[in-house]
Amino acid sequence: MEAFTTHTGRAVPLRRSNVDTDQIIPAHWLKKVTRDGFEDGLFEAWRKDETFILNRPERHGATVLVAGPDFGTGSSREHAVWALQNYGFKTVISSRFADIFRGNSLKNGLLTVVLDQKVVDALWELTEADPTAEITVDLQAREVRAEGITASFELDENSRWRLLNGLDDISITLQNEADIAAYEAKRPAHKPRTLQA
Amino acid sequence: MGRTLAEKVWDDHVVRRAEGEPDLLFIDLHLLHEVTSPQAFDGLRQNGRPVRRLDLTIATEDHNTPTLDIDKPIADPVSRAQLETLRKNCAEFGVRLHPLGDVEQGVVHVVGPQLGLTQPGTTVVCGDSHTSTHGAFGALAFGIGTSQVEHVLATQTLPLARPKTMAITVEGELPEGVTAKDLILAIIAKIGTGGGQGYILEYRGSAIEKLSMEARMTICNMSIEAGARAGMIAPDETTFDYLKGRPHAPEGEDWDAAVAYWRTLRTDADAEFDAEVVIKADELSPFVTWGTNPGQGAPLSASVPDPASYEDASERLAAEKALEYMGLAAGQPLRSINVDTVFVGSCTNGRIEDLRAAAELLKGRKVADGVRMLVVPGSARVGLQAVSEGLDVVFKEAGAEWRHAGCSMCLGMNPDQLAPGERSASTSNRNFEGRQGKGGRTHLVSPQVAAATAVLGHLASPADLTDVRTPAGV
Repeated sequence: MEAFTTHTGRAVPLRRSNVDTDQIIPAHWLKKVTRDGFEDGLFEAWRKDETFILNRPERHGATVLVAGPDFGTGSSREHAVWALQNYGFKTVISSRFADIFRGNSLKNGLLTVVLDQKVVDALWELTEADPTAEITVDLQAREVRAEGITASFELDENSRWRLLNGLDDISITLQNEADIAAYEAKRPAHKPRTLQA
Repeated sequence: MGRTLAEKVWDDHVVRRAEGEPDLLFIDLHLLHEVTSPQAFDGLRQNGRPVRRLDLTIATEDHNTPTLDIDKPIADPVSRAQLETLRKNCAEFGVRLHPLGDVEQGVVHVVGPQLGLTQPGTTVVCGDSHTSTHGAFGALAFGIGTSQVEHVLATQTLPLARPKTMAITVEGELPEGVTAKDLILAIIAKIGTGGGQGYILEYRGSAIEKLSMEARMTICNMSIEAGARAGMIAPDETTFDYLKGRPHAPEGEDWDAAVAYWRTLRTDADAEFDAEVVIKADELSPFVTWGTNPGQGAPLSASVPDPASYEDASERLAAEKALEYMGLAAGQPLRSINVDTVFVGSCTNGRIEDLRAAAELLKGRKVADGVRMLVVPGSARVGLQAVSEGLDVVFKEAGAEWRHAGCSMCLGMNPDQLAPGERSASTSNRNFEGRQGKGGRTHLVSPQVAAATAVLGHLASPADLTDVRTPAGV
């Protein structure tokens, strides 16, 4: 996983709530068996409308998505995170994320930042009025900064440590192999098995 | 202080607990399908890691599979390549697979329970958000992303922070003609698509205890639509009766030991939930969605709401956009909405009880002119059971299409899709924009409402079927 320390970039203000994973990446894109090449599928249906915010020239190259509440609802498809990253987003700000999407994002180094809706509103107003306005997301200080706006955000220490260092979960877990083996040894015999012993 | 059902199952699976770390949980059952696993197997290969517990892992093909001509090569080369990738990966790593054409093939969340692999007090994961279905057995079951699929394949564990718990207490009795689907749609409309976010839901109360396993699965299935990763129901005699004798259910002394353990899996009287919602079952009626998220629903007797009636600005905007996409006007009675397509199937409502309910209403009746109805069993086994009961004949005589098992029209990954602008009454779980095909419009309904809608051509409940049926054989 790529480490995330601090990032500064221009923003895409997305004034929509309940942006579900079928909007982020439609199902027909999920037939791909790689982790890359999803950028053209990002918000595919909405991008057919040339006035959609992502299509505006002044938003090209923006790396910070500022979205409405309940972003990433619906399916468990990690492809939604890959599509955002493949397109160039480094971080997404919202007042509330769906659980599975949030978990997936943090495992891929896409920092999802939860801020009060009031702060999201302020970021929307700022970046709509001035498309060149930059937003800084500082994971070390757990702070979002933009012109006239400073807001701290929460992220549990363990997730923060893994993101700052770009650590791979599986390697960390395998350091506790002895604990897993000990647990396996005491599992009851009645537990289901997919294969006969 | 006592513990909730979710806390008991969680505690029984903690492999490692340390200050400042998420708990490391053991996973009893890992279900795989073709869509969310290829990149995970790639990760194993790149790091030279094996699958740690092949005996706790099982795969099936469902999302991409066609429901017609299943003996012919799959026409879409990209779908075919994804299925072939799963077959190659399962062969290389030694994972048990039920491919298209196999008698145990089907939607992953129908296959696990029918094999008896889904058991009370187990942890079940799958790279699919509707894994919450398995919570109907008192299992802690939730959807995971592909990075976590790889993590479980490699370690049979997951590091997880423990969610909060929410009781959804449903007291009373569901009125006649009101189903588990109506209940869960009403629950989601009440708490919202984000209402369960951060919680494990426990459905409880007298109305829940009376439900069959199929109905309990329908409810737990849609927990994710309320934002909750998992929903659970305490196991009881209904659960044990369902499991007894299934291929992977315990036998002999193991069965006795298992049942003794399963009986302990109830929320203690003095346990406290972090939140509670109470629903009165007697007040419910058939419920359908009008919008583009599962929380945008209303009783069938109501009308399409006026977006201006929402106080919250973001909800108002969402309702406006939903009506525009759905091609509906505020104030329009829901019963006046005509449909082109009716879909009965999916991990929400593709089990035998659902097919029986739809067939019961279609017997001696015809699907309305201009309406296409697809009936898709959740698994090959469900299909065989339906055929043995003659349900396929009922569907075909009514003018519906009887198909092979798969996810089918629940999502646009296989040939069963809506055309742009087409409108469906669907027993599936998501009415998102484009979910059933680009530009398609979805109303989520119960199998009973689906069948009545198919006959009348507009959203309708069984009570609206006031015609005299054609007697059988005439």
